[in-house]
Amino acid sequence: MNKIVANADAALEGIQDDMTLMVGGFGLCGIPEKSIAALVRRGVKGLTCISNNAGVDDFGLGLLLQTRQIRKMISSYVGENAEFERQMLSGELEVELIPQGTLAERCRAGGAGVPAFFTPAGYGTEVAEGKETREFNGKMYVLENWLKADFALVKAWKGDRFGNLVYKRTARNFNPMMAMAGKITVAEVEELVEPGELDPDEIHTPGIFVNRIFKGEGYEKRIEQRTTRKRN
Amino acid sequence: MALTKEQMAQRIARELKDGYYVNLGIGIPTLVANYVPKGMNVVFQSENGILGMGPFPYEGEEDADLINAGKQTVTLLPGSSIFDSSTSFAMIRGQQVQLTVLGAMEVTDTGDIANWKIPGKMVKGMGGAMDLVASAENIIVCMMHANKAGESKLLKQCTLPLTGVKCVKKVVTDLGVFDITPDGFLLLERAPGVTVDEIRSKTEGRLVIPSNVPEMML
Repeated sequence: MNKIVANADAALEGIQDDMTLMVGGFGLCGIPEKSIAALVRRGVKGLTCISNNAGVDDFGLGLLLQTRQIRKMISSYVGENAEFERQMLSGELEVELIPQGTLAERCRAGGAGVPAFFTPAGYGTEVAEGKETREFNGKMYVLENWLKADFALVKAWKGDRFGNLVYKRTARNFNPMMAMAGKITVAEVEELVEPGELDPDEIHTPGIFVNRIFKGEGYEKRIEQRTTRKRN
Repeated sequence: MALTKEQMAQRIARELKDGYYVNLGIGIPTLVANYVPKGMNVVFQSENGILGMGPFPYEGEEDADLINAGKQTVTLLPGSSIFDSSTSFAMIRGQQVQLTVLGAMEVTDTGDIANWKIPGKMVKGMGGAMDLVASAENIIVCMMHANKAGESKLLKQCTLPLTGVKCVKKVVTDLGVFDITPDGFLLLERAPGVTVDEIRSKTEGRLVIPSNVPEMML
């Protein structure tokens, strides 16, 4: 079993115009920055991107907005991006905003073979418009469908050639659920290790969910809001 | 005198109880963490995947892989744990988080809340707010009593798109503290020096005023 590919460009083989991609990360934390750069090089257009956020103007998914490769974003929060705002207001970019927990669970459901589930989030709001609602134990819930993707692009800290992944700190976020929900899941890692080096008890994403893995070189890992305190 | 943001956070901190798991929203709610009473054990949850979030790191110790839901660099306290977003919202929907504090643009006297969208303006998204308000058993809204135009934010009905319905339990504004009851906003405390009349004139929703409304102790 060897899922290792040479680099990001090889890992994205098969991605075509108009495909749906899941892209891991929260803000700029834990985003697959090498795969995003390779998508820019690949030049595919008309993409639907499922990702919690849309990056900033010159990093993360913002790079794909600059090159007009994204047709639609499915996200929970898209604040920090001026080009995004411009494209959205001009109608060039379609945007579907969904509650963050619903987004996470829809990805998980897609990966777990559960076509739909009921959640209380959004009941009584415009998020629930046109959706089935049902009462359980006196409380109202909204039916939400699974999400799946042609490709899921995730970023992990360490991985092996079986595709087993370990994430670091809050860079985990949406990556595990998205790794489950891609028809083809591409994982980029900071360190590729030999099988057996990762403790089986500590693997976050079992390799079965990962189709291709590569080691990214020179991660930028940009910080969006650098907040510190003074030493006394 | 109306409360400062710090005083609002200080007042909300008095709602904390030992052993609580607490989710603090972006803005003034974040400041609540600075006023946890000494000796009290409260665990802060950040919905991007932390239990046991600590203060900002010392300069030079920032870790790009460790942020809070506001995308700020943070630290971990002993006993903390990290998890994925699905697990995080399982905690929230599963009602394991005892207290949620968040900001709002409008709240009604029946506990409806609007805080994510202003039609005609750039919509940034609801983030985790809809999941939090739909599930939490105890939601405190922390906001200014009136908007910049001087209009009440405590209403009979929201004018903005809703985030959740009949979910807010308590409101702390710069003027007072209110419980949401079947009869409307029950005025519990006034900010020091703020009169009941001022609060009445700035509250559009149904307001219940007990015979004695104490000044807030800070």
